[in-house]
Amino acid sequence: MVAFWILSPIMVLAALGLLFARKAVHAALLLAVVMIGLSVLYLVQDAPFLFTVQIIVYTGAILMLFLFVLMLVGVDASDSIVETIRGQRLMAVGVGLLFGVVLVVLVGQVALGTPTGLAQANADGNLPGLAQLLFSKYVFAFEATSALLITAAVGAMVLAHRERITPKLTQADRAAQRMRDYAEKGTHLGPLPSPGVFARHNAVDTPALLPDGTPAQTSVSRILMTHGTVKPAPRHDIEQLTATMDDGARPRGPIDGDPTVHGETENVDGAPTPDGRSSS
Amino acid sequence: MSGSPFLVLSAILFTIGCVGVLTRRNAIVVFMCVELMLNASNLALVTFARVNGNLDGQVAAFFVMVVAAAEVVVGLAIIMTIFRTRRSASVDDASLLKY
Repeated sequence: MVAFWILSPIMVLAALGLLFARKAVHAALLLAVVMIGLSVLYLVQDAPFLFTVQIIVYTGAILMLFLFVLMLVGVDASDSIVETIRGQRLMAVGVGLLFGVVLVVLVGQVALGTPTGLAQANADGNLPGLAQLLFSKYVFAFEATSALLITAAVGAMVLAHRERITPKLTQADRAAQRMRDYAEKGTHLGPLPSPGVFARHNAVDTPALLPDGTPAQTSVSRILMTHGTVKPAPRHDIEQLTATMDDGARPRGPIDGDPTVHGETENVDGAPTPDGRSSS
Repeated sequence: MSGSPFLVLSAILFTIGCVGVLTRRNAIVVFMCVELMLNASNLALVTFARVNGNLDGQVAAFFVMVVAAAEVVVGLAIIMTIFRTRRSASVDDASLLKY
């Protein structure tokens, strides 16, 4: 009883969070909260087997599958605000509220009487009782379930399978492609420059500096660049670098913190990264 | 305790799942809302099992869980396939059959 009144507000709030969460990962975690709450409610209602199954199958397997697919699809596959059908959201919320009110009032009206309780049914244990039913009264449904699971597994395999259309690139092919690119387009033949300035920072997100002080754009991962997490090389590091130049030459290229001379180099203080956020 | 509070909670969760299916655009979140609705109905089934004093409701909830597992496997595979070809997990983008 106490468990119900503690858990039900948490579960309703988490379920509401599912509606409003901008990120799908947050929605998945909130759903996990709801499911764990439900499993405790099963335990309260004399269903220890379903409690275990809820935790293992739902929270453990299904939600992890959800998170797995979310990571494959891309974490930032968030909803757009533009509605395809005008006023769809408002209407959906209205209809949903109406439906909910009708359902709650209806359920509230029903006189369930005093619950019989499962003390008698669970007399020789919940699991033996369930097994007794499952393998006698519901044995055909149980068999059909096995067919369903096999079909689902095969279907998922067929859907997820991808036939390779082009032959797999070998190392020799890649090397030949590099040489062709060099011959035709003059692409640099060697490896890309490594990121990091004096290895002082979390080096993969700081572009390396070219001898003239410009950040080397190819030294940081394209993925980090689109995520907007690339940090500029710190100004004092560049100053330190240029101070050691014996002729006192200033760097010719644009340096960090100088937005006016930055043309297309986007990873500097205050300059917007492609997704519109400031990189600093 | 009486079964009514559990049923009301189940109804509320079902409604929230319903509204989520109607409003959310990300196919995976829509799927999560379907799962929420299935779970809400499971709570009602378990409550009815306790109220009636037999285990049939719990067996039904167990079957719902099995079917939900199968449904999630196939559904997520379909979402992955659509994402592969269209590079989008939005339910509104897959509208080619409309035209």
